[in-house]
Amino acid sequence: MSKARDITVTVNGDACQASVEPRLLLSDFLRQTLGLTGTHVGCEHGVCGACTVLLDGDSVRSCLMFAVQADGRRVETVESLGCIGQMNALQQSFHEHHALQCGFCTPGMLITATDLIKKYPLATDDDIREGLSGNLCRCTGYEHIVKAIRAVVDGKAGDAR
Amino acid sequence: MKPASFDYIVAESIDMAVASLKEAGADAKIIAGGQSLVPMLNFRLLRPSVLVDINGIAGLAFIEETDKDLRVGALTRHHQLETSPVIARHLPILSCAMTHVAHLAIRNRGTIGGSLSHADPAAELPMMALLLNAALHVASASGKRTVAARDFFLDALTVDLEGDDMVTEIALPKLPPRTGWGFEEVARRHGDFALAAVAVTLTVAGGAIAQARIALTGVGPTALRTTAAETLLIGHALEPNLIGRAIEAVRAVIMPETDLHASADYRRHLAGVLTGRALDAAWRRATASAA
Repeated sequence: MSKARDITVTVNGDACQASVEPRLLLSDFLRQTLGLTGTHVGCEHGVCGACTVLLDGDSVRSCLMFAVQADGRRVETVESLGCIGQMNALQQSFHEHHALQCGFCTPGMLITATDLIKKYPLATDDDIREGLSGNLCRCTGYEHIVKAIRAVVDGKAGDAR
Repeated sequence: MKPASFDYIVAESIDMAVASLKEAGADAKIIAGGQSLVPMLNFRLLRPSVLVDINGIAGLAFIEETDKDLRVGALTRHHQLETSPVIARHLPILSCAMTHVAHLAIRNRGTIGGSLSHADPAAELPMMALLLNAALHVASASGKRTVAARDFFLDALTVDLEGDDMVTEIALPKLPPRTGWGFEEVARRHGDFALAAVAVTLTVAGGAIAQARIALTGVGPTALRTTAAETLLIGHALEPNLIGRAIEAVRAVIMPETDLHASADYRRHLAGVLTGRALDAAWRRATASAA
């Protein structure tokens, strides 16, 4: 076992200090060390997208990073988006469009969509589907997820006018 | 699916990174974006005793323009390349290629130096380095050297890097005037590794092809240039018969494999079809820009 390192990571606005082994994945740090089980772990090799979080505002796979690499950085998980009774617009849209069934992929979908909406115009539904191609959902067939994101993109365009 | 233990070194400079690699010996690995390395660690396909993290090295992520080329720092993320106005202006084919590299969350993290050093047989960046005649700047504890992309990719996941070598910068020469480009890729799902992909540039002078480059990926142990197909295009205007001959020349030199996703025959067929489409697009762009 290699030597533990002291890290400080700002997670959802709170400075979190911990002593971690270098091999501890960021996903396990979030779930097991901090108890933030909103971040889901599916494949643990970067394929399913369920563990996607924001690192300094950019979406990343938390299973493809070590917690030590987040030292001094800012991480946002699905818990930062909102909670029951206070959901953000994207979460509300997922709720209204039935964009989830079992919910396993949902945290990754929400975080990925958050970054997609920030970085791309998503002019067509094909653009949304392309953007979601790194996030696997085995329940919905994606249709309602695309609709939920489309509604937020269109709503955002409405606000801008 | 958890990595084996390793010692973790945060390099603060290139000198420190290569010195750490040398000191650790053959069993050390650089971690940059980690988008290929960490899956291999999680699967324990690799169990390095030391990881040297280069993410904290200042000044290693940049895109700079000189008179004759674009200089890209090894730590430049795929999403930076994808969205760089300088790349879009001078090497639009690279901007296009980057949209095919995995998914946003991977592109936010993965680096050009890492992708080239890893050299996946179906990745886009090794093909683009070959197409664009890239020069890779490599640092080691014993000094610096420059390697041409055509000498860099040796075999699947095997490149011209020794134990304490580290890619620091990639020089991408600008394209000549009146050069058109075409990029075609087929993958099972957008962002997956290519079943086959083709990148083409054609430089046109006096209504004929003066310079042709054709590079492919996903159809052999490494990305490759198809010199015979390139040569037979020179001096001609692009027309269907010529495209057919170029396609045959491409299919003759590639060595695709059968795997879960596609048979070798299918990949060979596909590579030809995509070559035809890419040539067509490159010719249209080259002749449109000449008009």
